[in-house]
Amino acid sequence: MWQLLYENLEQTVAVILFGIGFSILLLQRNLIRKIIGLNIMDTAIYLFLASMGYIHGQKAPIVVDGITSTVAYINPVPAGLVLTGIVVSVSFTGIMLALTIRLYRRYHTLDIDEIALLARGEDA
Amino acid sequence: MSKRRSDWESRPQARIRKWYREGFLALDNEIIDHLTRTTPQPPYTEDRLVAQQEEMASRQHERTLALERLDQHNVLAWARTRGRKAISRFYVVLALALSALMIFFLLETVALMPRFGDPATPGANIVSERYITKGLEETGAVNIVAGMILDYRAFDTLGESTVLFIAASAVLILLRIDRNKDGSPVQELIAAESDDRHYEPRNDRILQGSAMILTPIILLYGIYIILNGHLSPGGGFSGGAIISAGLILYLSAFGFEKAGRFFTNKTFTWVSFFSLMFYALAKAYSFYCGANGIPSGIPLGTPGAILSSGLIMPLNIAVGMVVACTMYIFYALFRKGGL
Repeated sequence: MWQLLYENLEQTVAVILFGIGFSILLLQRNLIRKIIGLNIMDTAIYLFLASMGYIHGQKAPIVVDGITSTVAYINPVPAGLVLTGIVVSVSFTGIMLALTIRLYRRYHTLDIDEIALLARGEDA
Repeated sequence: MSKRRSDWESRPQARIRKWYREGFLALDNEIIDHLTRTTPQPPYTEDRLVAQQEEMASRQHERTLALERLDQHNVLAWARTRGRKAISRFYVVLALALSALMIFFLLETVALMPRFGDPATPGANIVSERYITKGLEETGAVNIVAGMILDYRAFDTLGESTVLFIAASAVLILLRIDRNKDGSPVQELIAAESDDRHYEPRNDRILQGSAMILTPIILLYGIYIILNGHLSPGGGFSGGAIISAGLILYLSAFGFEKAGRFFTNKTFTWVSFFSLMFYALAKAYSFYCGANGIPSGIPLGTPGAILSSGLIMPLNIAVGMVVACTMYIFYALFRKGGL
């Protein structure tokens, strides 16, 4: 298995990065750090997709000298998917940071447990 | 006669009449007697005994209550200090175990994935083959990725631009500080402006000098990336991000008053609206023509020339405008709550 993982080094790194982001999401109480964890997970997905599209010895899919054959260029589909992922990531990061600012203005803390306690106190 | 009489007497009607005539007084007397009868009082000694017993019972009850309260307090104190710590430690262990387990299973999957850089990977299937072999002649774009996302998959890219626009609108709703109806600033806006004056640089010579040199170059570079989206790496999204970086540099160097001369809320609204509208209409036209087999009349041009590949360049410009506006308004909203 170690040999196989070493051959797929990019994907291995991507998966470990994903796990690191996930553990940050679970462990950190600070909302900003949680958002950073989510962004690390996103980055892992981009790395994974980009590595899936690569083919040894072939070039980026920009036609040179009118050569259009599959042995000349790498797979263009993952590039489009990464683009979609980046756009969605930027959007949700913006919205979540805005929500965090609103929460901070109301409760004057970024700790999610404290915010939950304060919100429960408001309900009662 | 007597039999008949006795029959009649046993009937309920007769009984009621009898009770009414004769028994009314008797019943009344009975009730009065019941109400006025005095109950016999227990002797004094017995009374004291009962009182003693009651007092002892109540003391016992109070003692148990106090013990219960103490228990409760102990439990709560434990929960507040050591229990909370224990639970959070347990949570940390559990979270780490979950993450490690997830990484382990994903690594197992990665070990079964096709090798990195393998030409026979199942990802390189008929779809990507079609994009690579026919992309140039069908879309006219030298950059196959641009041809893919703005021609074959243009609907997806319209969705992406809409997601960006909706995100910008949501942040606008969440963070925008409105003025009063008569145009005077609210307290929050005054506080935000004083914060901005306090924390952000004002008339910083180094920043202004570098912004004066860099902003035009960055803007030109972004425009180049957008216009060459179908010829070289780049396109609307990356070019729009670069343009917005230039605008943000200008804003942080020269402040909101000078940036407000060319970019206001209205600019954001109308540029985003017209870009998205143009995108939607153009792609609706080209999808309609393509689906019904009508020639769309959009020339593809010679591949490699700047004016080629049909709709891709205008669509790149539209996407770039949406992205630049969105990024810029994100920055302005996060910094001061409005433009």
